[in-house]
Amino acid sequence: MTAYLSNILFGILFFVLVGLFVRNIRRIIRNIKLGGPANRSDQPKKRWLHMARIALGQSKMVRKPLSGLLHVIVYVGFIVINIELIEIVIDGFLGTHRIFAPYLGYVYNVLIATFEIFAVLVLVSVFFFWTRRNVIRIKRFWKPEMKGWPKLDADIILYAEVVLMTLFLTMNAADYWLQTSAQDVHYAQAGSFPVSQFIAPLFDGLSVSQVITVERTAWWLHIAGILVFLNYLYYSKHLHIILAFPNTYFAKLTPQGQLSNMQSVTDEVKLMLDPNADPYATPAADVPPNTFGAADVTDLNWVQLMNAYSCTECGRCTDECPANQTGKKLSPRKIMMDTRDRLTEVGLTLNKGKEPNTNILLDNYISREELWACTSCNACVEACPIAIDPLSIIMDMRRYLVMEQSAAPTELNGMMTNVENNGAPWPFNQQDRVAWREEINT
Amino acid sequence: MAELAAQGKQPEVLFWVGCAGSFDDRAKKITKAFVKLLVKADVSFAVLGPEESCTGDPAKRAGNEFLFQMQAMTNIEVLNGYEVKKIVTACPHCFNTLKNEYPGLGGTYEVVHHTQFLKQLLEEGKLKVEGGQFKGKRITFHDPCYLGRANNEYEAPRAVLEKLESELIEMKSCKAKGLCCGAGGAQMFKDAEAGDKEINIERTEQALETKPDIIAAGCPFCNTMMTDGVKNKEKEGSIAVMDIAELLQQAEDL
Repeated sequence: MTAYLSNILFGILFFVLVGLFVRNIRRIIRNIKLGGPANRSDQPKKRWLHMARIALGQSKMVRKPLSGLLHVIVYVGFIVINIELIEIVIDGFLGTHRIFAPYLGYVYNVLIATFEIFAVLVLVSVFFFWTRRNVIRIKRFWKPEMKGWPKLDADIILYAEVVLMTLFLTMNAADYWLQTSAQDVHYAQAGSFPVSQFIAPLFDGLSVSQVITVERTAWWLHIAGILVFLNYLYYSKHLHIILAFPNTYFAKLTPQGQLSNMQSVTDEVKLMLDPNADPYATPAADVPPNTFGAADVTDLNWVQLMNAYSCTECGRCTDECPANQTGKKLSPRKIMMDTRDRLTEVGLTLNKGKEPNTNILLDNYISREELWACTSCNACVEACPIAIDPLSIIMDMRRYLVMEQSAAPTELNGMMTNVENNGAPWPFNQQDRVAWREEINT
Repeated sequence: MAELAAQGKQPEVLFWVGCAGSFDDRAKKITKAFVKLLVKADVSFAVLGPEESCTGDPAKRAGNEFLFQMQAMTNIEVLNGYEVKKIVTACPHCFNTLKNEYPGLGGTYEVVHHTQFLKQLLEEGKLKVEGGQFKGKRITFHDPCYLGRANNEYEAPRAVLEKLESELIEMKSCKAKGLCCGAGGAQMFKDAEAGDKEINIERTEQALETKPDIIAAGCPFCNTMMTDGVKNKEKEGSIAVMDIAELLQQAEDL
């Protein structure tokens, strides 16, 4: 039994933490499904390409060359180093050590060397990322919505990566030491260690059993750290590492300027324009009355809710927003963060089976002042590296304000009255639309 | 349009003038310039005149989907009644709405922006630039959001400017990164929210950094915003804000 203690411990650790992760992911899917319908299953080929280009290929990320490059390194490093995870997990279950080494031979050396080089590159990139946030203090990381948890969250992610990469290199260094420096070889020769061979001499004063302890501790902490980090995603902006993919797949593919036409309104307008419609007809009893626009997250569609969970709070949208640049309260990033935070709040009440509180997205999270500051210029949509559409949420909330609450700013009510009365946003007579014709030859 | 229809004639293209182009004194000049170019190029065109009505864009962007769809369906009835196939407009907001948002409500037309139309006329040789009045002039082009980001057209207005042999100087944020003039999303019709600056001033400052002789625009609302910005900077004596159509019309000396 004791011979299998580590295998059993590993099994428990693995299944408990992966199980929690699966539960979290299910909760997120459940929360996203609280959103209304949006048909994004058309043009699958185009959608796969969109995802391949933007999420897999990072095409929008590299529009800012420096942060783009750093991100690509961390992203590729993350994927590449995770190949090693397969071996670590199998070793954990079987109680083996570097099980792939005998089968892969030379390829194994190349792989381990690649992982090590990426680990260093990731460490360097993370250092730059941290410096950009905390020393250079790039403006978009210090906007009001970044106070508190969002700032800490961003730093925790960077620290976690440093810890994981350091543990990985420590584990390899100890392994290398045990392969080469110990008088009688305790660890089989496996792998090539271009980086950690320079860390190994640090262990020279230690006994073999101490170095084995270092190697085992680093191995366990590394895999445990990864499994804990997996569960951290649920509480963090870091979910984008998963959601960027579906988010780009289900993104809006029509021209950015095209706003959806509301079918519920079309039905009503057609009825109004139909001379044969029965004005006294009562609506069918089983059809719930429509809410026009969005006051809360449940009025938004599922793609908008997925957008909210996918947001990494990088702030490129807010950086490009003309309203934000000129000191207005609107920040497209905050729109996404508020939507996610409100959805999380709704989700938590569902988890506990409690009655939801009386908060809603409008006013409790997003103020009217923010909504009315938008110029619908699409700069935020264009800037987002993973195709999030903050504008659609702003527009849906304006729709609620205007069609459910008649709460447009006074000047806009004037404009709309003009459009209704004389077919132009200004109070001019429609008959004068060709007045310019008389002036043309003068 | 009604007159042509009565004669049983169908114009090649309908010129959708838009509310600004019909009523705003500054924008009317753009309308007139564009019409002169259409006449010069011998394009058979018509306007709806009193039968034209707001596309509904500002209502839609203000959140009033009802009003938008009422406008859209009324306009579509008129356009379909005249069997309109192709529409050209000098307003990117009308362009975007007609092109993208009307098809779903039963109005499908080939819709082009006037800069695209002018580019084509130049390419076909129906319009020729002579005299080189703008030769060597420093011109910076302000991308309208609803032509650029909204519909991915950055090239047509620049192609026309190139024909003028002017020196095109880009602002630090241009094309897909072009800063809004501040008028879109129905902002034209209301005061801005509290902040430290007006958006059009910020954009004008970016334009002035290029030390232009002329700020070129492709949208009547951008034109107003940039004109106001230039006035605010007291540069209206030395820097003109002009639409692409006006530049071409002056170059053609019409």
